[in-house]
Amino acid sequence: MSVLSSPRRIAVASGKGGTGKTTVAVGLALVGGRCQLLDCDVEEPNAHLFLQPAIAETEAVTTPVPTVDQERCNRCGRCAAACQFHALAVMGRQVLVFPELCHGCGACALACPEAAIREAPRQVGVVERGRAGQVAFVQGRLNVGEPMATPVIRAVKAHLDPRQLAFIDTAPGTACPVVEAVKGSDLCLLVTEPTPFGLADLRLAVEVMEMLAVPCGVVINRAGPGDRATEEFCRSKGVPLLGRIPFDRRIAEAYARGIHPTRALPEVGRRLAEILYRALGGPGGVR
Amino acid sequence: MKELVVISGKGGTGKTTLVGSFAALTGRSVLADCDVDAPDLHLLLHPTVQAQEEFAGGAEAVIDRERCTGCGRCRAACRFEAITPGFTVERINCEGCGACRVVCPADAVELRERVAGDWFRGETAYGPMVYARLRPTEENSGKLVALVRKEARAWAEREQIDLLLTDGPPGIGCPVIASLGHADLALVVTEPTPAGVHDLERALQLCRHFGVPALVCVNKFDLNPALDEQVRQYCARQQIAVTTSIPFDDAVPQAIGQGVPLTELDGGPASRAVAALWQEVQAALGRAGGEPGT
Repeated sequence: MSVLSSPRRIAVASGKGGTGKTTVAVGLALVGGRCQLLDCDVEEPNAHLFLQPAIAETEAVTTPVPTVDQERCNRCGRCAAACQFHALAVMGRQVLVFPELCHGCGACALACPEAAIREAPRQVGVVERGRAGQVAFVQGRLNVGEPMATPVIRAVKAHLDPRQLAFIDTAPGTACPVVEAVKGSDLCLLVTEPTPFGLADLRLAVEVMEMLAVPCGVVINRAGPGDRATEEFCRSKGVPLLGRIPFDRRIAEAYARGIHPTRALPEVGRRLAEILYRALGGPGGVR
Repeated sequence: MKELVVISGKGGTGKTTLVGSFAALTGRSVLADCDVDAPDLHLLLHPTVQAQEEFAGGAEAVIDRERCTGCGRCRAACRFEAITPGFTVERINCEGCGACRVVCPADAVELRERVAGDWFRGETAYGPMVYARLRPTEENSGKLVALVRKEARAWAEREQIDLLLTDGPPGIGCPVIASLGHADLALVVTEPTPAGVHDLERALQLCRHFGVPALVCVNKFDLNPALDEQVRQYCARQQIAVTTSIPFDDAVPQAIGQGVPLTELDGGPASRAVAALWQEVQAALGRAGGEPGT
């Protein structure tokens, strides 16, 4: 993109699920020229369904989990006392480890006076990398049954190329997976829908961005007559409204067939290009 | 008492619309909103709040600057980049693990309890409701979900209400796992889109992993009838029952706009389908009054 003065890292988030984050993130990548797209919704990664990248590389994501050398262990219990997540317990003559509870912080190994704890990698997901046209694609996939998404998100973000424009698709919500994905972005687009649910969750998402000190802009998806409450909220918060994608059943049907709406309706591509232009600092945009 | 939990994998497939409608159709149940990141059920059911309490979720490290000698061991030990070069703690990054406290030779680190959310008890027209809100950027949503369910259960027992309707969060991570465990039935709501189907498969794997029986519902099925049929075939192979599908209907956003359960708004196509599938869900829960699912 010639309007780029410097590479930007743009996250796409929303409080509410199903508002169109992935549609927007993939759409921006499709109109964004040479860029990276990182799918950090590692619980339910969907961007690949529209982008259809050829995956060239897969790597395991692991977190360190303690293993206790029962020979060296004197069962003093300091590891269990140090662990804030109840991932270790001294039971009779043994120290038991509960891997799903472990946050991989290493406090147990640091607390052990006998150097009886070693940390071994345990796989919690994968990172897959590939390419679709000009888009360099990275996605994470959390193993089903694993509770903690953040290590996989970190592993995806390790592939960020600081020299390129990058788009980051995130999970819905306001908790740690969103924080981990958005942290360090230059801008976060908040995709919402003009319903009370959409607005309530947008308010929460704006609070998150304020706490992270990440500037944000709003995109209204399925826009229509109900937009006014969202517009008023944006004005009151001083958050720019960067664009709208109209409500159109043809968009929903294209999406349902796995066709990105920019390919089904050129209008959508034009709107996304405008949103990107404003996101990158064009008139009516951010800053 | 029976507990139905409604989950989806993908967000925005209609979980809250269904739970709100079920509450209205059944007349009296206990409601639990376990989407503690972005709770919306209260926008349909309008509980009058009777009690509000803070939720202490985990810990955060605080460094006593008087005692700190600046040795840097805490920074070296911290795997979450939560300690600044000036030895203050970045609250957002702090995992509350206490590795810094373990290594501090000057006993300068304290782990403090951290208020991570708020939870509410209220009364709706359709029964008691428990819901919560995680404070923005906080962790431990799974623990808060467990608290919401525990309180809802206790309330159901106190009032001898035999049905708990739990609105689950999207995804498959810790808050979903906390919503699902030991429920009697999971209704997994999907939509006939590649993303909906992809996420359905992962949500069903999760139900199997935790031994919770699942029932599948396809919302907005007429957006892509072929994919609706594909979901039915997939579920048949997995021996999972599928309910009546719900058609795409403008009444759904209208009901949300007016803040009422869909089935209270009108008797349109989506509303009729939801009423029919509620009978099927009840049958699957083993409650009287329901017909078996297809």
